[in-house]
Amino acid sequence: MATTLQQAQQQEDQNTFERARTEGALLPVIWTVVVFGLSVIVTFVGLYLMVARGFLMSGVVNPLGNVIGGLVLVALGAVNTNRYRKLMVGIFQYADFKSARLAMRADVVQALLIIVLLTVMFPVLWILSMSLDPRDFSRPQGLTIIPPAASLQAFSEVLTQPSPNDVTFLRLLINSLLVAGGTAVGAVVVGTSAAYAFSRMDFPGRRAGMLSFVIVLMIPPGATLAPLFVLLNIVGLRTSLVGLAIAYTSTALPFAIWNMKGFIDSLPYELEEAAQIDGCNRTEAFIRVVLPLAVPGMAVTAMMGFLTGWSEFILAWTFLSDPSTFTLPMVLRGMVGQYASGTPWSQFSAMALLMSIPPVVFFFFLQRYLIGGLAVGGVKG
Amino acid sequence: MTTVAQSEGRPTDTNFQADARRRKWRQAGLAYLYILPAALIMIFITFYPIGYQIYMSFTDFTIGNLRIDTATVLPTLLNPPEFLWLENYVRVITGDLALTNYSFVRILTFNLLWTFVNVFLHVAIGIAIAIALDTKDLPNKRLYRSLFVIPWALPSLVSGMIWANMWHDRFGGVNLLLQRLGLPGDTRWLLETQPFVDISIAGEPVLVLPLAFIAALVANVWLGWPFMMVIATGALQSIPREVYEAAEVDGASKWQQFWRITLPLIRPAMVPAVMIGIMLTFNQFNVIFFVTGGGPLGLTEILVTQGFKLVNPQNLFGVASAFNIIVFFILVVLTLITNRVSRATEPYYA
Repeated sequence: MATTLQQAQQQEDQNTFERARTEGALLPVIWTVVVFGLSVIVTFVGLYLMVARGFLMSGVVNPLGNVIGGLVLVALGAVNTNRYRKLMVGIFQYADFKSARLAMRADVVQALLIIVLLTVMFPVLWILSMSLDPRDFSRPQGLTIIPPAASLQAFSEVLTQPSPNDVTFLRLLINSLLVAGGTAVGAVVVGTSAAYAFSRMDFPGRRAGMLSFVIVLMIPPGATLAPLFVLLNIVGLRTSLVGLAIAYTSTALPFAIWNMKGFIDSLPYELEEAAQIDGCNRTEAFIRVVLPLAVPGMAVTAMMGFLTGWSEFILAWTFLSDPSTFTLPMVLRGMVGQYASGTPWSQFSAMALLMSIPPVVFFFFLQRYLIGGLAVGGVKG
Repeated sequence: MTTVAQSEGRPTDTNFQADARRRKWRQAGLAYLYILPAALIMIFITFYPIGYQIYMSFTDFTIGNLRIDTATVLPTLLNPPEFLWLENYVRVITGDLALTNYSFVRILTFNLLWTFVNVFLHVAIGIAIAIALDTKDLPNKRLYRSLFVIPWALPSLVSGMIWANMWHDRFGGVNLLLQRLGLPGDTRWLLETQPFVDISIAGEPVLVLPLAFIAALVANVWLGWPFMMVIATGALQSIPREVYEAAEVDGASKWQQFWRITLPLIRPAMVPAVMIGIMLTFNQFNVIFFVTGGGPLGLTEILVTQGFKLVNPQNLFGVASAFNIIVFFILVVLTLITNRVSRATEPYYA
């Protein structure tokens, strides 16, 4: 009885393969079976790594690394095992070759994307692994994602004593946030106001005005250095963060204006007309109708302004002289190259990661707007 | 009676014109008011420095002239820098400067090659990956999209320094990885002075590419393509699916669909991005400055890093001004040319 059932099953399997061949879907079917097998194997390897070489073994060099690596493998294997189990059920019970074919195409694309992902993440992971390395080497000793005896020591060192100068990390952070935040606010306020005029009003010099803002992009970054030095010296803002924020606002303005103009262009004009019929004047309509609708565009503009101020180096390096006004990029600069033969790379890495957190967080939150907003700005620009 | 009242109430011709003109100017006035803050910032932070820079470029401006503050403004005004006419410009072009391996033509061709190779790779990779991410039923799509923007999200100076460490010949990530893979992992990426391309015309170097060019290129491509991917993704989403379905019915292959549908339809969104990309890459200070530092022997210097070094640490203010003015006009011309080219070959703007 059992054997006949098995034989029937086998026969059915053969039938499936034959049918697949006649429909030209042999490759997807084989692919599905092979990947299913591989996923199962990967899951068990991950389990073995996690349990046997991570939790249970005491003599292993790097148990934490094995646990985390194993966890990743288990997750990856389990997800794909389940996916391909479903596909196999589809193939062998319902002769559903179409899903298998789609899945194969998706996975070939995925394999390419994973290679891209590895190249994207390699420098980041390398920095991460260096920052976690507590061994007192000033230079990395090899490639491991989670180094043996990983610790956050480098981070605490950077947080307590970020530079040879007498300045705390908190001070640096506040300075950078003030400059970057000031740039973001300046770019949004000044840029949105100008963009509204460019988008909704007709006046002599409109085109020339729009174009003149693009000129900023063409000026070599070092070119305004000496004249600005003189100007800010005269008004007494050279060594202050306010002067820097104003200077950065001008750098962030071209993008702010073009992006906001594109965004306001895409808003329906009828709403403002309705508001004006209801008794609002131009400015009231701008504040009550346009501004609330333009929040996504303003968010992207603010983010770009923030990034400009957060990572600018040339002006800060040239203008600021008092360590208590230094910004994070200046200190990071002091940790590499000729000035820093003594700084361990673990500390540089920790600092680089800390400095990258705010922009990356910004990006993740605004990503949705970024894709829609920039494309709109681009098409209309 | 009524007709008279009507004709009196109707504005006369000149009255009407004056009214329209007044309304127009009132609106223009409001527009200028909205633009005023931006204009003020631009005038003081951008246009005044350009003007001042032009003045400086004709003089032997020194660090002494820079120390203007309220206490010393009088002696500086009494002792203005000497007027040199075009001497600074001549020195920049002919290379009459005390710098290692300085050649204006070589730096310019290097900079142009750097710009176009970078932007081409940014756009090509960005579009390719945007299309790959557009695949139907692709799992983990959102995960890829959010992780792929990391290089763009990182401050460029941070990525520049990370890549400088990546290419370190003894402890860098690239060589460690090559060693791990059993390949020769002792290439001196940033320090090798022997160029792999070395073209001279009449004894003057025209194009010199050391290994450090590859190092900087990889770093800049790494951090540049996600922006183009985001733009292309947005543009791809605006293409209606029906267009592809219709093409499929007509028997168009995927390859034909890409060249005949996808590319022309995302082009309007890509052209402004490419223009901005060219400007930003031409002036991309942070990558060159932090990855190669212009080395080895100044061979990977681009115009803006060279211009910065003329000021800091060289303190050649007059020469640096002339240099920056030249760079500015080169970029203006380059932008005008690319603008013309992208419009001229553009049948879809109509």
